[in-house]
Amino acid sequence: MSRGVRRLVPVLGLVPFLGYLTIFLLIPTVSVVVGAFVEKDRASLSNIRALGDEVVLRTLWRSIELSAESAIIGAVLGALLAYAVVTGRPDGTLRRSVTSACGVLAQFGGVTLAFAFIATLGFSGVVTEAGRDVLGVDLFGSGWLFGLKGLTLVYTYFQIPLMVIVFLPSLDGMRSQWREAAESLGASTWQFWRYVAGPLLLPAFLGSTLLLFANAFAAYATAAALVSQGSPILPLLIRNALTSEIVLGQSHLAFALALDMIVVVVVVMTMYALLLRRTSRWLR
Amino acid sequence: MIATSTGAREGLEVRLEDLRRRFGTVTALDGLSLTLAPGELVALLGPSGCGKTTALRIVAGLDEPDSGRVVVGDRDVTDVSANKRDMGMVFQAYSLFPHMTAQQNVEFGLKLRGHDSTRRRARAGEVLDLVGLSSQKDKYAGQMSGGQQQRVALARALAIEPSVLLLDEPLSALDAKVRAQLRDEIRRVQLEVGTTTLFVTHDQEEALAIADRVGVMSQGRLEQLDAPEALYSRPGSAFVASFVGLMNRVPCEVQGGRATLLGTSVTTLDGSVHGGRGVALVRPEQVQVAAGGDDATVVHISFLGSFSRVTARLVEGTELIVQTPSATVQDLRIGDRVGLSLLADDLLVSATTD
Ligand SMILES: Nc1ncnc2c1ncn2[C@@H]1O[C@H](COP(=O)(O)OP(=O)(O)OP(=O)(O)O)[C@@H](O)[C@H]1O
Ligand SMILES: [Mg+2]
Repeated sequence: MSRGVRRLVPVLGLVPFLGYLTIFLLIPTVSVVVGAFVEKDRASLSNIRALGDEVVLRTLWRSIELSAESAIIGAVLGALLAYAVVTGRPDGTLRRSVTSACGVLAQFGGVTLAFAFIATLGFSGVVTEAGRDVLGVDLFGSGWLFGLKGLTLVYTYFQIPLMVIVFLPSLDGMRSQWREAAESLGASTWQFWRYVAGPLLLPAFLGSTLLLFANAFAAYATAAALVSQGSPILPLLIRNALTSEIVLGQSHLAFALALDMIVVVVVVMTMYALLLRRTSRWLR
Repeated sequence: MIATSTGAREGLEVRLEDLRRRFGTVTALDGLSLTLAPGELVALLGPSGCGKTTALRIVAGLDEPDSGRVVVGDRDVTDVSANKRDMGMVFQAYSLFPHMTAQQNVEFGLKLRGHDSTRRRARAGEVLDLVGLSSQKDKYAGQMSGGQQQRVALARALAIEPSVLLLDEPLSALDAKVRAQLRDEIRRVQLEVGTTTLFVTHDQEEALAIADRVGVMSQGRLEQLDAPEALYSRPGSAFVASFVGLMNRVPCEVQGGRATLLGTSVTTLDGSVHGGRGVALVRPEQVQVAAGGDDATVVHISFLGSFSRVTARLVEGTELIVQTPSATVQDLRIGDRVGLSLLADDLLVSATTD
């Protein structure tokens, strides 16, 4: 009896966490999946069929494009920044300020971020005004900030710090002896990157890029605050479907759209997990 | 087959000339000069922070001296970058490339030299054989023990047939048994390939066991460079004497080139104090212990197999360690009064303050 109880104790500790997962992840996911196959209280494929609609497909594609672009830009710039950080002194100010700034900025999405960009690059933003007065150029143009380009720029703002955070440990894991061993075996700097550092870091780099992709793909608040007209990306289309309930005449379309998103994210995260499994074999 | 292809190359002379290196206010090397004869294995021995690693890295080209030269054969390599120096290096910390198998690690240097895959595989097979690891060639670093990893690292360094082999405490991360075994193996391999080798260690036993000559370093300079036996029996300074092997420090009186201690008069070695009070440096095996005397009291006996170590306290308080065959101490008990006699003819006597 008491042994059985003792064996249960570690499991008990997990209960709040499992409860949380059930309420906020499992139940919504199941209801989304089930809901996607229901219309007017009856099983139906009409919502799934609606996913093939041209508007939905174009929006899905735009979402993927935005996420991929902001992920790639964020990954490249973030990796460079992380590299600058690790080549500096481990206890230096650069490292400390960059890592703490990234910790904050990676979470700096939503209304605040959208407002920050509108205040600088919006129609009467500080930089836009300065550009008009000093350089005589109209940086605002035809309102690109509120289109896909603007979203990419704004997303990059939290993608770079996130990249720094997730990629830094891999760079830290690179040992100086590997470089020195390669050097004494005759490797040039290029050969060291080509044969040693590159292959060692590539899985982590790709994995981090996928994580950034998922991060941008699921982001909602920033886009919602920035874009008030139309639904250029999937999360906004879902908002639209939820609030109007009459887009294309289907009330459960939002569930189907969400299912679309879940599928994409699951695919991406599976690839991420596979990549991580590869590196964990090397970097114990 | 192995002997012909790996031993084909004659070792080269390596000269370190008056190397100096400072890091901020720390002087890591303070005029280090050292010449390694072709094919020789020299161990650099010294306490932590005395500049051993710095010296090795400068020879490897991984660090630059503020002044001084490194000459290999008759070529001054001081300004040659590390990847063009043709030196094999084994590091203290594990340094195998983790995403390559043992064999791929060993082939790496050959690949950089543009050798085709058949030749690479043959050569990798040879050196892996030499270190006794052919059966592990497809394993990754993470799947091998520390000792195996260091063997592969040695094979990797040897594969390129380097003109010089540099080893920076390659065994210090291993446990005692593996360490002794691998140490002997490194020596065997080194003799077989005949590569001039610089071996850095802070373990005196390791240095004495493996090297043709041992260089004892202190504070960025070479204190003494000698064959292991010479270093042990004729240390040139108190520092060397106390660093290499166990050493007793016995107060004595010096006069006219002779010192008197334990009732015996011995000649003093070069470098000793010339007169007055001094401290004689006496090896544990240079003292004989006999029951029934009245020189000292036994305070401790440790049995070490064929011989034992007896710690005895002299009347005036100095403690002495005596090493003697175990048979001779069978009847000794702690607290017994014993007689001590000196077996040496000459000793180094340092100043009392040293
Ligand atoms: N890159 C560096 N920057 C600053 N100081 C250094 C650097 N490398 C070495 N030193 C200093 O130079 C001195 C000699 O260092 P070195 O690493 O050569 O010692 P060592 O004899 O190899 O010691 P150990 O047995 O601990 O490895 C030390 O005081 C060390 O702190
Ligand atoms: Mg060192």
